[in-house]
Amino acid sequence: MAGASSSRRSPERSAAVTEYVGMVLVVASLIAIFSLTAPNFLQLETFRMTANQIPEAIILAVGMTYVLIIAGIDLSVGSVLALSSAVLGVCLVRYQLPLPVAVAASLGAGLACGAVNGSLTVAWRLPSFIVTLGMLQAARGLTQIVTGQETQYFRPMIRGLTSISVLGLSLPFVIAVIITVLGQIVLRRTVFGRYMVAIGTNEEAARLSGIDPRRIKLVVFTFCGLLAAVAALAQSTRLGSATPTAGIGLELDAIAAVVIGGTSLMGGRGSVIRSVFGVIIIAILGRGLIQLGAEDPTKQLITGCVIVAAVIVDHYRRHSFRKARLPVEEPPPPLRQV
Amino acid sequence: MSATQDLLRVSGLSKSYAVPVLCDVGLDLHPGEIHVLVGENGAGKTTLARIIAGLTEADAGQMHLNGRPYAPTARAAAEQRGVRIVMQELNVIGTLTVAESIFIDRLPNRFGFIDRGRLHADAQELMARLRLDGIEPDRPVETLGVGQQQLVEVAAGLSRRCDLLILDEPTAALTATEVELLFTQLEALRDRGVGIIYISHRLEELRRIADRITVLRDGRVMGTRQARTTPMDAIIRMMVGRDLDEVQRPSERAPGRVALRVKNLWRGQSVRDVSFEVREGEILGFAGLMGSGRTETMRAIFGADRPDAGVVIVGDGDAAARIRSPRDAVRHGIALLTEDRKEQGLFLPLSVRVNISLARLEALAAFGWWIRSREESAVAQRLADALAVRCRSIEQPVVELSGGNQQKVVIARWVYRDCKVLLFDEPTRGIDIGAKLDIYRLLADQADQGKAIVVTSSDLIELFAICDRICVMSRGQLVSTFKRGEWTEDKVMEAAFSGHLGGDAGKGA
Repeated sequence: MAGASSSRRSPERSAAVTEYVGMVLVVASLIAIFSLTAPNFLQLETFRMTANQIPEAIILAVGMTYVLIIAGIDLSVGSVLALSSAVLGVCLVRYQLPLPVAVAASLGAGLACGAVNGSLTVAWRLPSFIVTLGMLQAARGLTQIVTGQETQYFRPMIRGLTSISVLGLSLPFVIAVIITVLGQIVLRRTVFGRYMVAIGTNEEAARLSGIDPRRIKLVVFTFCGLLAAVAALAQSTRLGSATPTAGIGLELDAIAAVVIGGTSLMGGRGSVIRSVFGVIIIAILGRGLIQLGAEDPTKQLITGCVIVAAVIVDHYRRHSFRKARLPVEEPPPPLRQV
Repeated sequence: MSATQDLLRVSGLSKSYAVPVLCDVGLDLHPGEIHVLVGENGAGKTTLARIIAGLTEADAGQMHLNGRPYAPTARAAAEQRGVRIVMQELNVIGTLTVAESIFIDRLPNRFGFIDRGRLHADAQELMARLRLDGIEPDRPVETLGVGQQQLVEVAAGLSRRCDLLILDEPTAALTATEVELLFTQLEALRDRGVGIIYISHRLEELRRIADRITVLRDGRVMGTRQARTTPMDAIIRMMVGRDLDEVQRPSERAPGRVALRVKNLWRGQSVRDVSFEVREGEILGFAGLMGSGRTETMRAIFGADRPDAGVVIVGDGDAAARIRSPRDAVRHGIALLTEDRKEQGLFLPLSVRVNISLARLEALAAFGWWIRSREESAVAQRLADALAVRCRSIEQPVVELSGGNQQKVVIARWVYRDCKVLLFDEPTRGIDIGAKLDIYRLLADQADQGKAIVVTSSDLIELFAICDRICVMSRGQLVSTFKRGEWTEDKVMEAAFSGHLGGDAGKGA
């Protein structure tokens, strides 16, 4: 902790610092490249717009990081986001409920979807890929039913949320930052976080060590659903409306960001902060390409290449890391009483 | 040159992984000879076999086959020269039929379509020659018992050109009749002039088939002897050295209170009505053949598999412990060190520290939630030191440690968890002799501190050295229990085979 002298700092932690340095360098070089090539890129407006747009992506990425660390996947977050904002919209517009009640209902919807994902995965030991693929469809269908396939406009009713700003930053942005920091701390410093990593690394060994993987998995999927609802609130306050087609494909963006951040799809390894860097990289890339005048197809093409390239680079980085640390055999210390 | 009369001549062979596995190994094999390699688990037998069969490359040393230099870089290259291996782990593809498995690399075909008629005729003929005509060629391999699968693999090895056949502990899963069938087959091959390297750590097999015996210990050849003229205890001494005497349990020990009682435990066919008790300060061994139900018994007690029936009582009371999951077991003070440490024990990419602290992490956390890092590091360091784990630091990923040190890490986890009852399933499998001795001493230490220890092992000599009592299981049943001083290798082996007498019908059919 804070009191530890630098000599006692764990190799793990200094490795973590170098990892962030790498991500910062990538972001910095992207900014540098676009500043040189795109005429109007290096302006405050660019960054304000980007910052304004990414809170929901960040919030989703935090939940997705957790799910990937326990060797699961959640394909439903885009649909759950749509359902949550639909619930918000319907509560406000159709039933004229007060804002706090509507927000609570919206969060409840996301939580419930996550809990269903988690319960099904745990109870029948189904692959989360299948369960959440089902939820992707089901939640989308439910969204259409709830909204009657109509966009709900509620900008005037959420003034209470849009008017809040901290130091000139929008409420969603502040919430995203808080969730990121808490998410990283819980992952790295708490028993729960350690159990997540253990389960993602070797679920059977975790079970045989006396951990109940089902409980942890259930909580993680539920949490991911809840965060999808939080992301829905972030998006709704930005757009002032809820469309039945909101959030289509967002789950893939979230997975892409998390993977660019070096989290393993096989579980056991990942970092919330690095995932957020992944979100930022994708956002800056998108913004820069737009300012270069790239059309959507070109943008997609390049983004796709970057995702795969990032994972390949990460693979080599870890490989060389491993190689550099071959085991050193020292003479055995004498056996002492335990 | 003498090399011309030898089928295989190996000299100066060395190989290291994290630790040296083979040091300056020399070996020669005549045509028409069954040469048995014996040694403890981790002595290097399998590595030597893998090098000869082209599965692993040596770091140093030469091999000559039929007088010509021989350095296979792949299994296919070895097979080209007539060297074949049947491995310890089954290497069959379960969904293929018996005939397909045997002829997998040269399926008779017409324009790419498999000629089923010829395939089955060929297989039938081969099986008949090997006296395996009880196995139908068109059955999927996975529907056979483990023993029969092994025989199919042997058949596959024999169906091709073969001058040198290596068998790596082929009998581990076989019943007595299957073993006999295999031995008859091997003798027929020997008479045809095939050189056979046969790996085993089962001494009773040596008397039966060996022409010469080479003993490996700790990666070194301790000597090669004529099987007919060398007494068995000389071989045993070469195998284990005198080191084992150091850890021999003192025979006079006052047993403590009952720590664990198991009554009428059932699970499927593998655990049938098992009852026993173990006391504080006692080391209770579990012997038996592979598949006798030892592992399954441990797992059922621990709640890793749900038992069908039976009562587990922790402590010397009468109340049955409700154990429905490993979590319950650990809360009742029972620990299980699993047989397969890599798959079921370790978190390989994670650090020594994380691996050690995991089972009792809540005790290291403020409010059972916030991990106190410095305390965690201190605990992990203390245990790593106490158990003599050889690592660069406690932050080193356990994947980089040698097998013995990995095992110590898992043991450290349970020592730290401080359970009253320790179930250790094959704690010394595949680790070097130094680490083995450390683990024996550790078990003795834990017992002296009042822990009740149950340890299974396929290595009788090991059990004889460390246990106070030994239970023998055979085909799911606990058939007899021996006290220190009562047991002999013959008695234990007889008990271990007792479930297989009077017909092997149940097995593998």
